[in-house]
Amino acid sequence: MTQIELEIQAIAVVVAVSCALPGVFLVLRRMALMSDAISHTVLLGIVLAFFVTGNLASPLLILGAAATGVLTVALVETLRRTRLVREDASIGLVFPALFSVAVILIARFAGNVHLDTDAVLLGELAFAPFRRLQVAGMDLGPMSLWVMGGILLINIVFIGALYKELKVTTFDPALAAALGFSPAVLHYGFMSVVSITAVGAFDAVGSVLVVALMVAPPAAAYLLSDRLPVVLVLSAVLAAVSALAGFWAAWLADASIAGSMATMAGAVFTAALMFAPGRGVIARARRHARQRFDFPQLMLAIHLLHHEATPEADEENREAHLGRHLHWPPDFAHKVVRRAEGRSWLVKEGDGLLRLTEAGRAAARTALAG
Amino acid sequence: MEPAETLPDAGMNLFRDLFFDYTLRTVALGAGCLGAVSGTLGAFAVLRRQSLLGDAISHAALPGIVLAFLLTGSKSTLVLVLGAAVAGWTGTLLVLAVTRSTRVPEDSALGIILSVFFGFGLVLLTYTQRLPTASQAGLDRFLFGQAATLLIRDVAMIAAIGAVAVLVVAVFWKEFKLLAFDREFGASLGFPMRRIEVLLTTVLVIAIVLGLQTVGVVLMAAMVVAPATAARQWTDALGTMVMLSAAFGALAGVSGALISASAANVPTGPTIVLAATTFVLASMAFAPRRGLVWAAFRQRRNRRAIRADAVLEDLFRLAQQHDDVTHGHAVAVLEAMAGGRRNVARSLAELEERGLAARSAAGLWSITPAGLSVAENRWTQTAADA
Repeated sequence: MTQIELEIQAIAVVVAVSCALPGVFLVLRRMALMSDAISHTVLLGIVLAFFVTGNLASPLLILGAAATGVLTVALVETLRRTRLVREDASIGLVFPALFSVAVILIARFAGNVHLDTDAVLLGELAFAPFRRLQVAGMDLGPMSLWVMGGILLINIVFIGALYKELKVTTFDPALAAALGFSPAVLHYGFMSVVSITAVGAFDAVGSVLVVALMVAPPAAAYLLSDRLPVVLVLSAVLAAVSALAGFWAAWLADASIAGSMATMAGAVFTAALMFAPGRGVIARARRHARQRFDFPQLMLAIHLLHHEATPEADEENREAHLGRHLHWPPDFAHKVVRRAEGRSWLVKEGDGLLRLTEAGRAAARTALAG
Repeated sequence: MEPAETLPDAGMNLFRDLFFDYTLRTVALGAGCLGAVSGTLGAFAVLRRQSLLGDAISHAALPGIVLAFLLTGSKSTLVLVLGAAVAGWTGTLLVLAVTRSTRVPEDSALGIILSVFFGFGLVLLTYTQRLPTASQAGLDRFLFGQAATLLIRDVAMIAAIGAVAVLVVAVFWKEFKLLAFDREFGASLGFPMRRIEVLLTTVLVIAIVLGLQTVGVVLMAAMVVAPATAARQWTDALGTMVMLSAAFGALAGVSGALISASAANVPTGPTIVLAATTFVLASMAFAPRRGLVWAAFRQRRNRRAIRADAVLEDLFRLAQQHDDVTHGHAVAVLEAMAGGRRNVARSLAELEERGLAARSAAGLWSITPAGLSVAENRWTQTAADA
């Protein structure tokens, strides 16, 4: 691994983690698509700040962009407040409009500057290490690593300091208001952090990847756990995994790193969707399959209990008889008997007579007692 | 532009030699058609609170475009649009499936599908770029849209496929209406609502991929949301709304194309989007009944009426305390009674206009007999009230 590859991976991981942390709250607050809106409208902020400073490297660009991010949130909120437009539609109105203004401004007034929409939308992580931070002639590493490291720090400090407030406003806004937190202040504070993160990440990896990293790892973590701290840590880990896997996949296929990281984030989400314990597709399919047999097993136990120690037991308590009495097809009856046997609710004796065990008897009695 | 493609209409002779106008016409026609189609389908998307589905579909279409090119080696618009449609459709069904079967909220599902499909499309695109044999030039026109590359046969395709989409809406009008407003009722009537939803989504996907070449992936969302939102302000009837929405979409397409052609370096897609956004803002401001400007007027009028009422009540109380009803009172007195209320003089002028108050030559105010009867009606307790 060369130093440049190492640096790209470091940047990728830092970007991924700093997107995933605020992303958790975006997902939980049903505001995932604000990340889409903000990551597009920051372009307008960058363009306007560029017109003011005339310098693409100016830190004002980040501030201007973050300000447009917050402006986006405010505009969406204002449109929604008129009650003429629903929230989803107001997002869909605001961000294309602001993005259009930015694209027109670039095309018209900044055509000869390196500020093309491609780079902005798609990002190119591969070039990030070439912009170095130099202090007094000393090379301190890639600029993006420092910027994103700072943004990651802001995220951690913000979430750490306002953890309780964020948690309450996320899960119970009414309670939060009653307790005297100001949901509006917190909302805009949080959205400012999201905007700053989006700007920094957007510079490194482009706007669409920002959406992928802000939504997919948190959503995957949300499928894996019910506890907020666990979800936060998990989503950071999953984001880092997506970033590294994405880097190597892109390296192998010689393709866009940002796109490949987004693809891997999708793969991680799909894996969580499939294999999440208890909630995943596979776990649910298995539970459904099991539940299909739960009730019949109880029926069988009750049937056996009812007839055992009676003269008909010898006739009734046989697998072959279940078809007539319980209307079970033979292979279904066989499966139920096998499963009940597996749970040691009953034993099949040599001559085919089904005899309840103590456990089976207890289960049947509990079911009968309701 | 291939010279063989000329407009058949003899009336267009004038423009035939003018390359620029010919292009402009093609672009304007194409943009108008796609605006009408996306406006029609957008109306349903907005009503069903799926405004951002359009954004997800247009992003999700990218890998389909590249795959279609990789598989067929063809860059013909029809092939690419087909690929886009398949990918967009798959993405949408995945969103529906994830939302229905897990606790992942719908907006998160949309965000994931949107960004992951798009990211995968980027991977494919960069991969294709580096293939020695194939030049992918032209594929990225779908990213940002290049209306200027529209050929007349593209426009014909947009018009034909768009017409089919609109026809589907017309044929399944009743079903789509049920889906938009009362899905459970539709299901209870025995309609296969799940299948109707898939059909409507399919038509929406078609409308969106038709627009990608002109407006681009990012801005297509606006073409779904904006015309429909503008139309919604003017009417409460679905039929009117859909037609208005189609009209707004077409108008935005044509005017955007014209404006962008009339100035240098103004890209068409963003101009169309800004035109559509202007329609939304104008409709929100001026649409009858819902318009914000009218609402502000109404509010001001109501406030003034309330203030005038309060002054009338004050005059009435004063009159009750004097034997002579016509006894005049200075404005200052009424202002003192008004407490924090402002514009007492103006309220008095209004009351005078309505004949409820009168001003003496000395500038003192009193209640008129007409005002007295109104006030007595309103503020005197009857025996029953007490």
